[in-house]
Amino acid sequence: MNAPVNFERDSFPGSGRERLVVIGNGMAGCRAVEEILARDPLRFDVTIFGAEPRVNYNRIMLSPVLAGEKTFEEIVINTAQWYEDNAITLVSGDKVVAIDRAAQSVIAASGRVEPYDRLLIATGSDPFIIPVPGKDLDGVVTFRDLDDVDRMLSAADRGGAAVVIGGGLLGLEAAHGLNLRGMKVTVIHLMPTLMERQLDEAAGYLLRSELERRGQTILTGANTREILGEGGKVVGVRLEDGTEIPCDIVIMAVGIRPATALAREAGLDVERGIMVDDHMVTSDPAVLAVGECVQHRGTCYGLVAPLWDMCRALADHATGAPTGYEGSVTSTKLKVSGIDLFSAGDFLGGEGCEDIVMRDAARGAYKRVIVRDDRVIGAVLYGDTADGSWYFDLMKKGADISPIREALIFGQAFASGGALADPNAAVAALSDDVEICGCNGVSKGTVVRTIQAGACSLDAVRSSCKASASCGSCTGLVESLLAVTLGGEVQSGPRTLCKCTSFTHDDVRRLIVEKDLRLIPQVMQELHWTTPDGCSSCRPALNYYLLCAWPGEYVDDQKSRFVNERMHANIQKDGTYSVVPRMWGGLTNPRELRAIADVVEKYDAPMVKVTGGQRLDIFGIRKEDLPAVWADLNAAGMVSGHAYGKSLRTVKTCVGSEWCRFGTQDSTGLGVKIEHMTWGSWMPHKFKIAVSGCPRNCAEATIKDFGVICVDSGYELHVGGNGGIKVRATDFLCKVATEEEAMDMCAAFTQLYREEAHYLERTAPWIERVGLQYVKNRLAEEGAVERYAARFRYSQQFMQDDPWAKRAAGEDAKLHQHLAEVRPFPTAPKPQLENA
Amino acid sequence: MMIGNWLDIGPVTQIEPGTARTLPVVGSDEIAVFHTMRGEFFALRNQCPHKQGPLSQGIVHGEVVACPLHNWNISLRTGKALGDDEGCVPTIPLRVDAGRLYLLRSAVVTRAEAA
Ligand code: SRM
Ligand SMILES: Cc1cc2nc3c(=O)[nH]c(=O)nc-3n(C[C@H](O)[C@H](O)[C@H](O)COP(=O)(O)OP(=O)(O)OC[C@H]3O[C@@H](n4cnc5c(N)ncnc54)[C@H](O)[C@@H]3O)c2cc1C
Ligand code: SF4
Ligand code: FES
Repeated sequence: MNAPVNFERDSFPGSGRERLVVIGNGMAGCRAVEEILARDPLRFDVTIFGAEPRVNYNRIMLSPVLAGEKTFEEIVINTAQWYEDNAITLVSGDKVVAIDRAAQSVIAASGRVEPYDRLLIATGSDPFIIPVPGKDLDGVVTFRDLDDVDRMLSAADRGGAAVVIGGGLLGLEAAHGLNLRGMKVTVIHLMPTLMERQLDEAAGYLLRSELERRGQTILTGANTREILGEGGKVVGVRLEDGTEIPCDIVIMAVGIRPATALAREAGLDVERGIMVDDHMVTSDPAVLAVGECVQHRGTCYGLVAPLWDMCRALADHATGAPTGYEGSVTSTKLKVSGIDLFSAGDFLGGEGCEDIVMRDAARGAYKRVIVRDDRVIGAVLYGDTADGSWYFDLMKKGADISPIREALIFGQAFASGGALADPNAAVAALSDDVEICGCNGVSKGTVVRTIQAGACSLDAVRSSCKASASCGSCTGLVESLLAVTLGGEVQSGPRTLCKCTSFTHDDVRRLIVEKDLRLIPQVMQELHWTTPDGCSSCRPALNYYLLCAWPGEYVDDQKSRFVNERMHANIQKDGTYSVVPRMWGGLTNPRELRAIADVVEKYDAPMVKVTGGQRLDIFGIRKEDLPAVWADLNAAGMVSGHAYGKSLRTVKTCVGSEWCRFGTQDSTGLGVKIEHMTWGSWMPHKFKIAVSGCPRNCAEATIKDFGVICVDSGYELHVGGNGGIKVRATDFLCKVATEEEAMDMCAAFTQLYREEAHYLERTAPWIERVGLQYVKNRLAEEGAVERYAARFRYSQQFMQDDPWAKRAAGEDAKLHQHLAEVRPFPTAPKPQLENA
Repeated sequence: MMIGNWLDIGPVTQIEPGTARTLPVVGSDEIAVFHTMRGEFFALRNQCPHKQGPLSQGIVHGEVVACPLHNWNISLRTGKALGDDEGCVPTIPLRVDAGRLYLLRSAVVTRAEAA
């Protein structure tokens, strides 16, 4: 099938027709000829040059060929017979190397010279090769033509591992094919999201999970530094971060560049592509161009649909009935069997755009339609692409969607139902035995009866008949039923976590555990987030909830943290930071004081202050200097004081029995022990502890989240105090006899709060919400204190490594360093002041 | 390095998605270069229109950054404060080409030239 085909024309000698020469025997070149023949079969003598040694085939079907779903014969578009029947001279396997515009002829590699009256350039694109060391090794292939597929197939026959560089459409189709052919496949993608030009984060996440489930390794945010070789052959790939991936073949699929070299050398106008007008005419009226190699109204295309429109306009013009091409809107599908994915238009959204999002976790579906000024401007669909062409059509027509706005996201069948465009009306029309909640098997009739029996809010329905209480995908339906059944009397439910979700904090926390959710995008998908990537309220909350639910396993998401927690210091109004090292229980010593004094001098800190939390605060440190400051403090044995975090802050103490004439117990010693037990723990909000040596309470333990008042007979434990915006004295929790019991109760209470409070809810409002009795009951359950305390101590194993030490050792250096410094006037004379 | 009007500020990989990095300009205002979760890049003056908070340190969501000082939401595309807040921070035209980031030179150094 690879043999060169050469059809010499012997008929029509000296026919006197115009000679049309086509460079490029690909999809656009041949389609253009077909279109011309359909209009005026006798107008031109046609000669087509093709660099590939074969007839024209459907390039986009190379993916199914690689995957073993099609053979080459099945994807041929124009057979040898077609060229013969239409008296077309096909010069295949012979590349055109020059165009002589003055002589109106082209010169091929074989030396063949072909004169033309009209020339058509349809050279397509060249794969882009990233300029890394090793790019020329044997075993580095691109994915563009049948030869590439043959190279991949012979590698797959030998088995082994493949690395695909580029997680776009082409790369993923290559990876899929090689995976099916039994290779171990790793995809390396520079960007955080696969197919980021077509997909948003949410759809990219679903796609990635599915590919991983199929056994592919996907590395995002990964940059290739070098392709490794031995004896001239590929043996692996090394990434920027040093990771090495052994492999036998590398597929380079990072993008394409319009093939413009011939046109450029011939002096035609070329920018990114060969410049053409609306009739596909280049800067030389005798030369036309079409396909991926052209640039039309500023755009170069990389998909076939626009080529068909271009070819139509070209043929109209070439046969004397010009119409014109006005550009195309494109849509994308991924040809990987079993994965339904559709993307069209502008999916980035932004200013003035509105996102309509629907997620169906049960079916693994995600739909997002982007609307601006009542027009659909983009769509991303994953898992359920049935309505892709409908959205695409609305988009191309620029249709006003305001009449079907509410039902748009449910798809064409729903939205075009006239009266049914109102979702409430649609729900009202459902019969009573239709299942509303799949998870709990609740029918419409049951939900309606529950509402009629007095459940007037979403929450009441959830707790009475369980509808929408599990995965929540039917929340919208239940809300509609509430509206339909009650008319206007729906009570607004409890406050949702944020505007991105209909779930409350409690729901989210419960479902993370119940449904075993382990990543932020996974929570967003499974719980039907209505935004693609959340907001600055829900991201930090989800990050905390996951961290609390999966200690030791969840990897903290830095970009979901507020600046102070990301920088491990407190941002100040001028953008500098303050640094507070831990002083256990408020104690310090000459070594620590000296280190602090040295830091203050060395980094020229404008102020150092004793805080209200019994330690020292160094002000005015620049973000670049933070790691160095921390390294100096670490050297004196000091660690982060977490003065910046939703975390354990300070444990204040008083002098206690060791010195004070009233002291009953060693309050200082206990405070130090408690701080060693609790430091480093992330919390729903900040958390403060104090230990006073007697009821005079010099450590102000009764306005702390957890307070200990020592008495002769033991320790009185207090909870839920707050000395801040709204002062609240603590509630008395219980009294214990020993230090050990006090510590256990502290750990248990802390963990209960960590597991149950809402993000950004301190212990005071939490206890006011749930009631002191509830807290007491929870801790009074059989074995509860031990269980909670054990869970707290378990999670502390992973939390008690000093975040400063890691930064001082170079981790996350990017957070501190500038990209570079711009000096606009390097040659400007130095300021006079220097000598002053 | 300069290429024509565009200032090459290095490879796209220097900025993790969902974060920003800073570019001080001698004699002019510091610039914050953002990389969104959706893979787009934007450059803005690193000063909140409210009280000059360093926007580079905020949480990035969608194509918006929440200022670290008082939580104003600033559009990365237009520099405008969103919601009820009013104000605008200058944006700097940015181009991505072959894996590298470029800023429009004239926009980077306006202040310095004026000074
Ligand atoms: C440094 C310090 C003031 C001082 O110079 O003494 C301080 C400074 C800040 N406090 Fe405080 N608080 C400090 C002790 C306190 C205390 C006293 C205490 O802990 O015994 C309280 C009252 C007790 C309490 O928390 O219940 C206190 C109640 C607050 C509040 C109100 C909290 C509340 O629940 O109502 C805030 C606002 C907030 O957290 O949302 C706050 C917030 C802040 C912030 C973080 C404001 C901010 O967001 O930037 C200040 C950070 C300045 C910085 O960069 O370091 N600070 N703050 C104290 C640091 C203690 C430490 O060593 O870590
Ligand atoms: C694996 C794969 C999957 C794809 N999947 C899809 C898809 O699902 N949907 C979609 O819309 N698009 C897809 N595409 C893109 C689509 O194939 C292209 O948009 C289309 O082929 C472009 O047509 P063209 O004629 O401009 O270029 P080509 O089809 O590449 O044709 C150009 C031809 O010109 C020849 N040539 C170049 N220079 C010379 C020269 N100097 N002399 C002689 N001949 C020369 C080349 O060898 C080539 O055969 C896919 C592409 C690939 C590689
Ligand atoms: S009292 Fe107000 S001004 Fe003073 S440190 Fe606390 S938050 Fe800042
Ligand atoms: S300085 Fe940015 S919100 Fe105040």
